[in-house]
Order: sequence, then C-alpha cells, then structure tokens
Amino acid sequence: MSYPEDLRYTKEHEWVRTEADIGTIGITDHAQKELGDIVYVDLPKIGALIEQGKSLGSVESVKAVSDIYSPVSGEIVEVNESLAQAPEKLNQDPHGAAWLVKVRMSAPDEVKKLLSAADYQAYVGAES
Amino acid sequence: MITKVRSHITQNESLLFERSSPGKKGYQLPELDVPPVDPVEALGAANVRAEIEGFPEVSEVEVIRHFTRLSTWNYAIDLGMYPLGSCTMKYNPRVNELVARLDGLAWAHPYQPEPLAQGAMEIIARLEAALAEITGMDAVTLQPAAGAHGELTGILLIRALLEKRGDPRRKILVPDSAHGTNPATAATAGYAVENIPSNDRGMVDVAGLERIVDKDVAALMITNPNTLGVFEENIRSIAEILHKKGALLYMDGANMNALVGIAKPGDFGVDVMHLNLHKTFSTPHGGGGPGGGPVAVKKILEPFLPLPRLKRVRNKWTFDYKRPRSIGRVRAFYGNFGVMVRALAYILAHGGNGLRNATVDAVLNAVYLRKKLEPYYDLPYQAPNMHEVVFSDDRQAKRGVRTGDIAKRLIDYGFHPYTVSFPLIVHGALMIEPTETESKLELDLFVEAMTSIAREIETDPDVVRAAPHSTRTRRVDEVTAARRPVLRWKPAEPASKAAD
Amino acid sequence: MLAACGLASAEDLFAHLPEDVRLKQPLALAPGVSEYEIVDYFRGRAAENASAYASFLGAGVYAHYRPVLVDTVVSRGEFLTSYTPYQAEISQGTLTTIFEFQTMICQLTGMDVANASMYDGSTALPEAALMAARVTGRHRILVARTVHPEYREVLGTYARYGHLAVEEFAYAPESGGVNLEEIERKLDDQTAAVVIQSPNFFGIIEQVEAAAQIAHRRGALLVVLFTEAVSLGLLRPAAEADIVAGELQSYAIPPGYGGPFAGIIATKEKFVRQIPGRLVGETRDANGNRAFCLTLATREQHIRREKATSNICTNQALIALMATVFMSVYGKQGLRELAEQNLAKAHYLSGQVKPRFTGPFFNEFVASTNGRSPEEINQALLKKKIIGGLPLTRWYPELENCMLLCATEMTRRAHMDEVGRAFQAIEHAA
Repeated sequence: MSYPEDLRYTKEHEWVRTEADIGTIGITDHAQKELGDIVYVDLPKIGALIEQGKSLGSVESVKAVSDIYSPVSGEIVEVNESLAQAPEKLNQDPHGAAWLVKVRMSAPDEVKKLLSAADYQAYVGAES
Repeated sequence: MITKVRSHITQNESLLFERSSPGKKGYQLPELDVPPVDPVEALGAANVRAEIEGFPEVSEVEVIRHFTRLSTWNYAIDLGMYPLGSCTMKYNPRVNELVARLDGLAWAHPYQPEPLAQGAMEIIARLEAALAEITGMDAVTLQPAAGAHGELTGILLIRALLEKRGDPRRKILVPDSAHGTNPATAATAGYAVENIPSNDRGMVDVAGLERIVDKDVAALMITNPNTLGVFEENIRSIAEILHKKGALLYMDGANMNALVGIAKPGDFGVDVMHLNLHKTFSTPHGGGGPGGGPVAVKKILEPFLPLPRLKRVRNKWTFDYKRPRSIGRVRAFYGNFGVMVRALAYILAHGGNGLRNATVDAVLNAVYLRKKLEPYYDLPYQAPNMHEVVFSDDRQAKRGVRTGDIAKRLIDYGFHPYTVSFPLIVHGALMIEPTETESKLELDLFVEAMTSIAREIETDPDVVRAAPHSTRTRRVDEVTAARRPVLRWKPAEPASKAAD
Repeated sequence: MLAACGLASAEDLFAHLPEDVRLKQPLALAPGVSEYEIVDYFRGRAAENASAYASFLGAGVYAHYRPVLVDTVVSRGEFLTSYTPYQAEISQGTLTTIFEFQTMICQLTGMDVANASMYDGSTALPEAALMAARVTGRHRILVARTVHPEYREVLGTYARYGHLAVEEFAYAPESGGVNLEEIERKLDDQTAAVVIQSPNFFGIIEQVEAAAQIAHRRGALLVVLFTEAVSLGLLRPAAEADIVAGELQSYAIPPGYGGPFAGIIATKEKFVRQIPGRLVGETRDANGNRAFCLTLATREQHIRREKATSNICTNQALIALMATVFMSVYGKQGLRELAEQNLAKAHYLSGQVKPRFTGPFFNEFVASTNGRSPEEINQALLKKKIIGGLPLTRWYPELENCMLLCATEMTRRAHMDEVGRAFQAIEHAA
C-alpha cells in the first residue's frame, strides 16, 4: 500500500491528518499487518487529554496487545464508535474509515516533528 | 506414517439446554420429615424468585451420556503424553483420588472442633514439613490456592518484611524470560516491574543485575531452572548481589521437577519461593484447576506468614491466630486441603529416594529429546538443559511454517502440543517437557512424530499449516470469538419475534 | 538412553550444576511405601477426624448431599487428567462444560456474563472489589460487617497492597441485616463499590434492591456475595447488582476441611472486559461446526503481564465441573425443591430454639443461648455425637451467648429435636 501524502506519521506506526486545529489519528497499514486480525480497540473518552508520544489506548489481536502512542497533544473531541462493533475495519481501511479519534490540538506545530509519507515509507521499508 | 492414532467415530452431543424438556428429572429428594414452609410466607414475595429461566431439565441417563460423550472429545494424560514445557504433566496417581475421598477427610468442616480435626491437621503439618525438607527452607504455608496465588503471597511477605525495616521499596525485577504471572503478581502487590534481559547463554546477566540493583529494588523474581530449562549457574552470586543491597530473592518453583532431591533452593540463596502441587507433586490438572501453591520461606520471613499457623500444644495440634506480624489471610480456611492430601500421598509413595529418581528420569528424558531433535530443530541456547528443552522454529519459518502450525500437526500424530511461543525471548519457541512419566517407547514415538513433521515441512508445508486434519473439531475461529464474544447460551428467538 | 545422550551415568546429567549447590545427602524423608500403606495412613488420619457426627455447622461451608453421578463424571480420566483447554481442537469436552457452567451461573444470578470460576468465594471478593475500582476509577470499598469475617480478612490483605481503602459498615441489631442508613452515611464520591452478602453471614436475606439504589445514586457499584449457592434456587437473584461473586461449594463440592472450592464472578455485559479469570466463548471451526474456545485472553496475565486484570492463571475446572454435574442432576425443579427443603428444615429448627434476629433467613440463623455459654451447649451435644452451631464472639464480640446454626436437606428432625432439648436443658438449669 502507498501511504497517503496528506498524513504525517510516527515511528510507532500511527498517523495524523490535520484540518485547521483538529487532528484525526489512526494506525498505519504496516501496524495492522503486524498485528494480524484485530479484535478490539480500547479508546479514550471524549474530553480526555492526550500527549504526544504517550499512550492513548491500545489495539488487540487474539494473542497480543499493543499500545497506541499519540502523534499529537490535545483534547479528544470525537471517538470512532463504529470500531466497537467492527474492529476488522482497522484491517480493511486503516488510513480512512478506521480512524480512531479526533483531537483539538494544543500545539499544532508538533506535527512538524513527524515523518512525511515518503520518509515513513522508507522507514517501514527499512524495518521489514 | 502416523502410527500412534487412527480415526474413530465419536458421539455428537448438544448442550444441556438443548436437551432439556420440562418435567424431566434426574434427582429424587427424600420426603420432608418436618412441615413444609411456604417461601412467600416465610420470606416475603419480594425475596422469592420466579423459575430459573432456561435452566435445563434432563434425566439421569441424559446427564451421564452428556458428560461421557463430551469427555471423549478431550485429550488427557491418561491417553498419552503432554510435552508441555513448564507444566510438568506427569501421571496423576489414582490412589490419591481414593484417599482424598475418605469420609473423615472429604466431609471435614473447617470449623469442626479441633479435637475432632486432628487427622486433617496432622496431614497439613506433615506436608508442610516434607516440603520444607525438599526445598531446604525453614517454614511452609499451604494456604495459597494456586501457583499465581502463591506468588502473590510470597511477594506480599517480602513487602511486609521490608515495611517492617522501614521501606517497602518500589520495584521488582523480572527476567524477560519469565512467565506472565510474575509481572502480573508484582503489579497486584503494588510494585513497579522492571525487566532484566538475559545474556547470550539464556541466563540472568550478572553484571547487568549488579548495575540495576539499588535501594529501590525489593526483590528479583527468578525461575530456576529458568524457562529455557537451564540452571542459573550464577544463582549464588545473584543472591549475594541482592542481599548486599537489602533486597530479597524470590524463586518461582514451577520447574522444581528438575531439582527435587538434587538441589535445594534454600541452599543457594532463595529467601522465599512457591511450589506448584499440580505440577511437581502430581495432583491432577482437571482441565485447568484446582491447584495448590504452597510458599516456603527462610526464618526471616516466617513471622509474616498468613495466619493461622499450626502449633503443637500438649501433644495436640491447634491453630495459632496470635501472629501480629502476619500479612493476614490470603484466603478463607486453611488452603486446598483436598489437593494437599493428594500431594502428600505422592510424597509418601515415593519417599526421599523415589522423589530423586523421578527427578533423574525427568531430566534424562528431556536431555534425550534434546539430543534426538537437535538435528531437526534450531536450539537457540547451547547451555545444558534439565527437565525441559526449548527449540525455535527459525529453520521451519523459512518455509513459512511456524511453531503454532507444528504444534497443531503434532495433534494429528496423537500428541498434545508442546508449549507454543513461550518464553518470549526465543523467536517462535517450542518448549518441551516430557516428565519422568514417559517411557522410552513413548518418547521415541514423539521423536518420530517431530522428525516426520520436520520432513513434511520440506516437502509439503501446506499439510502442516492447515493442521490438524483428523480431529473432530478443526481449527477454531478465535478471531470472531474475540470480536463478537458469545459467552453463554441463549434460547433461540421465536420465529415471529425475528420477523418484527 | 544415556548412551544416546552421550553420558556415562545418570549423575552426569547434573555435572554442570555448581558443586556447592548439589545435594550430598539424600532427602530426609521416610522411604516410599506401597499403595496399601498409603491408604492405611490416610484411613488412620480420617479416623482421627469426626466420623458419623451430625453437624449444624454452616458459616460458608455447607453439608449437602453429593449425587453419585458427580464423582462418576469427574473421575473420568479425560476430565481429571486433562490440561487447560488452550488447544481447542482436543479440549472441546472441557470447553463445552465450562460454557454450560457460565450459562447456568448467569441464569441463577441474573447477570449477563460469568467467568469460568475463581479459586473460591473468599478470593472472588477482592477480585470483584479490584474490578469495581478499575471500572469506576475510584478506590474506596464499603463492606458490610455481615459479610463472612474470613472473606473480609482476605479483602483486607489484598486491599492493603492494591491501593484500596476498605471501610466496614454496621448491621441493624434487631433485624440482623445491613443498616441502610449507614451505607448512605459512609458513601462518598470516592466509593467504588458497596459490598453486601445475601444471605449474609447470619443467614439473613439482605435488601439488595434498596442497597443498589443507594449505591448507584453516588456512582458506586453494588457487589453482592453469596456463600450458600443452594439459596439461588429459591431466592430472587440480585439483578440490581453490578457484580455478583460467590462460592459454589454447596453444589456437590466436598467440604474437604476448607478446600478446594470454586468461586464465581458474574457481571453485566458492559463490564465484560474488566472481568478477571478465564472466559469460554462460542465460535465455529474451519468446517463450520459449532465449537468453543478460550477467549478475551488479552485481559489475562500471560498476554498483558503487569497490566493484566488479575494474576490468576487457573480456573477451578474440575471443581466447577462437579458443580455443573450437580446443576444438571437437580435441574430447574430440583434446585427449587432442594432449596425449599432447606428452608423447611431451618425454620423447623428455629422453632426449637430462639432466633436472635428478626430478618428473613434461608437455611442459617443465629440462635440466642439465653445467658449460658454456647460452648457448654455444644459440649452436651458432642456427647450425643452432634456438632452444634458456631459461637460468634471470635468475630462479633457483641454477640455473646449466640451461635450460628445451619440446617440443610441432610439434617434429621431427630437431631434438631436434640438441639432443641440441649438449649432448653440449659434454660432450665439457668
């Protein structure tokens, strides 16, 4: 899969899409492949405060749990409730319909520290 | 050629609820010899339930057929070997079952007057003494209900001692090869967990340990032999490093089957350890429990042991509750007494020499398997193994076959799988422990199966990847089970409702 | 085999162990003995325990008849000697019975989901408390004094180290049930759970619905415990509870001097991911047939390690199976009839002696000994090969001259009449 250019990426395999001061966060295609069949996502509630680099929740396969590290800091304003019924969406469309949360960013400049699509592509290419 | 098993038809069987029909009875109570009491009158209507909706009603023959049919779908030690590493699936002696059911033991009430419970108390005392001798420790509690429960008790004892010294400290060190209960236990006891890496021999890196141990460390939880089946050769130095800094050494006794009669943890610096009666001491696993997790301690920890403790007063046993330093109770009553009976029967049957012989056989069997399987499976650590051996699936992974697949193919050969993917420090681990129960015949059949599978992976890997093929139940869909959990039976919706 | 290993003798197997670690002496244990001698030894110990006594002890461990089928089933090697059902393809026997067990516990308790059992009722309690703390994010536990005293001690041990603050609240001295005003008074915004037991340690049935309302108003969960599972056949289930925890020993598990037993935790659907212990779920196999497997394992220690919901690695599978067979034998009608017999026996007994409390009770109650010591009454009864009730001052110093009496379907009228006479004899002597 090619990685969408309009997203920024972390080395822990999360992405963020920014529109004004709202950041939409998800996990990358590489992450969902590593995890295998995803069975459950544990997400924070609306209003929760998150910090760049800190865990905001976790994603589970049958035999493993992985923390999700936030690409940006801010306050959770929306949570993708559809994932509770259909966690398999994360395997199917990790960069689109299976976004995890939307955040009102407290420091939008943080995004500058993240990887571009090309850099991330190179990073996971190198990892595998 | 698979020689150990052949297909056989097994009965299908529904759930009890699906066999149920109103009015069927499997019981008969005697006539009441006192006047009946109307529940609503005696308790008030608000306290009385309606019928137990959906609860089964079946006849006696349906009960016996139901469970008998289900039992035929299980593998068991009585059928064949379980090469499960760190589980010590040895034979469960039947005399243990007989003695545990003797009326005077099985029907004893924990609160019956002490003069009428001396036999039970004697059994507890005798087992405590035997386990103290076997472990080389000073005192034993039999109260914990299982290994993990014993671990928790042991860590709480450490905490209590350190608190008395003025500082409970913050961290517990756990090797990266440890069983998951170790860090979970430490966290439950209120400690932060720090992982310490293993060296290239698979053992605790002593220099690394020396650097990490400081006044914040309460204890190191070690398994010896470790989860690779390898004896921690530097165990005495490890104990010294900890003791010098005022920390303690906890030993997970899951692998005691390699040490009984050969070495005593009390001799090599262990302060507190737990045992697994359902592993080393032959009490039956019963499909997942019950177990028993006695904890053995050195004198310094004895005052903190859970209460009550047995005491001998005027030639009789009595329970002593006057123990101000005790951590309290970790469970009601005295422990899994029925499991204690079975473990003591096992110890009595073997005696000192018998127990040692069992250990020798257990280690010999595992070393034999290592030698026979080494040409076919990668051995990540070269140190001598004891009662278990750990291979990795690296060679087979090149053909796209992983340890989980090999394990499933082993089922087609008539064996239960070995322990898969543990310890985590080995990539794609195959953890194999035969125990002393298995004869050379059974071991050779196991070797034959494993080498045959290794060959299959070269010529026809798909047959291994899609295994098992000959079981009644094929690979189950664990993903859907986790995504949309169905954790109980529910009656089917009536057709008209579904249409709405 | 030694040759195949390249070893000269069995001792070479241990040559790699440090010299100072290897034992030079054999273990100081008696030599091994024959099967006959083993049986003889334990027969001797059994004879030193009470034998052929009638007993009026309850207090968390109950004497109920064990249907013969229970031991027939659990003695099958495929159940007795099998391992934890991690390999679903060859463990469908165990997995199916656990699924049935989980279902029946839900049906009995009115909860949505039940786990595959805990060690026992006394450890199920702290696990329920820790679960309530996880769910609410709070750390205070309010527990009734009428919860079994030893259970409360276990809760205390776990709480001390699990960062829980436990506080007890009193019972109403007349009824013997919890004092609802006390709960109201002590509740605050840091209370994770209110814990009550019903029937309580005194045998009294608690006002579960009222307690639930009070707890829920302040955002706390209600945990309801039971120690006498036979009561579930007759008493209204605690449907308002958030977590039900308890002990199944009454379901054909031998009293066995205190263990092994089987506890349970059951809860509402919304809390399922916080429940500790094993869970069995329904699924399909590769051929589309119904099958069962362990599921939601990511809660557990072997995966989540230090972040697990509990360190528990076992369920009491064989013990739970005893209970499952018991429930199958009695069935819907049988559990009801069994409970009604227990009710009748205990109420007959209460007519022979003087109950201390006024609250409604099931098969246990506290009897007043009218100024004489319960130990004296029990001494008199022992002479008639009857073990009397449990004196209570050990845990309730205010309940002097009282004893906790239990009568089950196994209790004979003649023995209850003896107890009545023993109480009266003391009265006349007084």
